[in-house]
Amino acid sequence: MIRKERLIRQYAVWHDASATWGGTLLRLARIVAPPLLLVAGLVLGWELLVGWLAIPGWLLPAPSRIVAAFVDSLPVLTGHVAATLRVTAIGFGLALVAGFGLAFLIDISPLLRRALYPLLVASQTVPIVAVAPLLVVGFGFGMLPKVLVVALVTFFPIVVNTVDGLQSADRDMTQLLRAMNAGYGQILRLLRIPAALPMIFTGVKIAITYSIIGAVLAEWIGASSGLGVYIARSLRAFRTDQVFVAAFVTSLLTIMLFASTSVLERWLVYWKGNHS
Amino acid sequence: MSVIEVDAVSKSYPTPDGALDALEQVSLIARSGEFVSVIGPSGCGKSTLFNIIAGLEEPSAGCVRIDDVEVTDRRGRVAYMPQRDALLPWRNVLDNAVLATVVQRGDVRAARREAEALLGDFGLEGFGEALPATLSGGMRQRVALLRTVLWRRPIMLLDEPFGALDALTRAQLQQWLLGLWSRLDHTILMVTHDVDEALLLSDRVYVLTPRPGRVALELALDLPRPRTYNIIASAAFLRYKTHLLRALGQIM
Repeated sequence: MIRKERLIRQYAVWHDASATWGGTLLRLARIVAPPLLLVAGLVLGWELLVGWLAIPGWLLPAPSRIVAAFVDSLPVLTGHVAATLRVTAIGFGLALVAGFGLAFLIDISPLLRRALYPLLVASQTVPIVAVAPLLVVGFGFGMLPKVLVVALVTFFPIVVNTVDGLQSADRDMTQLLRAMNAGYGQILRLLRIPAALPMIFTGVKIAITYSIIGAVLAEWIGASSGLGVYIARSLRAFRTDQVFVAAFVTSLLTIMLFASTSVLERWLVYWKGNHS
Repeated sequence: MSVIEVDAVSKSYPTPDGALDALEQVSLIARSGEFVSVIGPSGCGKSTLFNIIAGLEEPSAGCVRIDDVEVTDRRGRVAYMPQRDALLPWRNVLDNAVLATVVQRGDVRAARREAEALLGDFGLEGFGEALPATLSGGMRQRVALLRTVLWRRPIMLLDEPFGALDALTRAQLQQWLLGLWSRLDHTILMVTHDVDEALLLSDRVYVLTPRPGRVALELALDLPRPRTYNIIASAAFLRYKTHLLRALGQIM
């Protein structure tokens, strides 16, 4: 029912907007134009500078060359992107499962909290560039070491934010449910998990920005396909333009994952934000 | 219709500098269909008393009985309305109203129908699907009260139900509660720090002393029912008010 009402309301908003199309476009232009113009200016300056100073392509390729490299390697890139996304998805899924699992263990038992927390923090202080090659040595060139690297760099913010989120439930609401004779599971389901959702999403959004980078790093150390492999090969061939292409694609993928998480958040945490 | 009896309840909390006494030998009773208020300055242990009655805290001594059955430490026996509305922000009005039925794994669909039928009485007509954040303070408080009524317990505890509202809204809700209660025949125990509110609504008033909370005065009110807000200007009302304020003045 709520969903339906929201859809109708949303439609009403769109409908209103379409009545003043010109005004909406103008407002949009005012928001988008400044950063767009700045980026365009910087790119233009970069292009001109590379030309004037005759900087060699292997040192700093001109934007036009990067675009050309992107178009040239598009057929190869799609395969690498697919491989990276697969590793990211499985690794991040593992991080979600492990993160939520650990968070609930920590929530249930103060003893486990004291035992686990230092280990979790320690796991984040180990340099991943040292751990990743060891994982490859241990588990070979297959999927597993890469998935583990992604999970390792992303699970921590999920655990910490879920633990804190579960603790953030309102005291009066907890008392009310206890007075209704609700058990641990009921309080968790009716109050603490929904109350934790905004913080959980904060953790997931932080984690997801590391996820693609984690996958690329793991592939760079040892794999047969993926953006990391593409970067390693391009570096060996002094194809700096292709390295730039990989960098842009990586950040584009990360932005897309982040944006999808935000959309999911707005949908699931429907009670926050603007009430019109 | 039920009787609730608090029998010589004491509560002390251990602190580094020795025990802190919150309640000392508090005894009070609310008979079937009675509206009883507990009034006292802040720090008189009113909330501790309610937590003990609701089964959320254990008394250091004494016991709580409902219809002569001991219910000390048992939860879910009385309907309880906390000071702030404590509505779950992700549940709409109806879903909040039927929360007790959800927790007790009862027939939620029947409870929803019942809640829907009561929306009008609670001044919430057309707001069944609204989220709490979209409601005014007075409306949220009425949803909390509807949730308490639908808890389906013959005894209701109200912890300063209108404390957070502005004076006008409070007067409106007090009058509305008078009308509602006369139709519901619940036994109500209300904590308040507002003398007018206690006199307007109650059959009996207990005055508690500041820490440790003790019953300083029990005052039976012989005011006609049904009451309206106009009663606060009557001679009898003012006499009781003077009496209560004097008692409160002496203990402070």
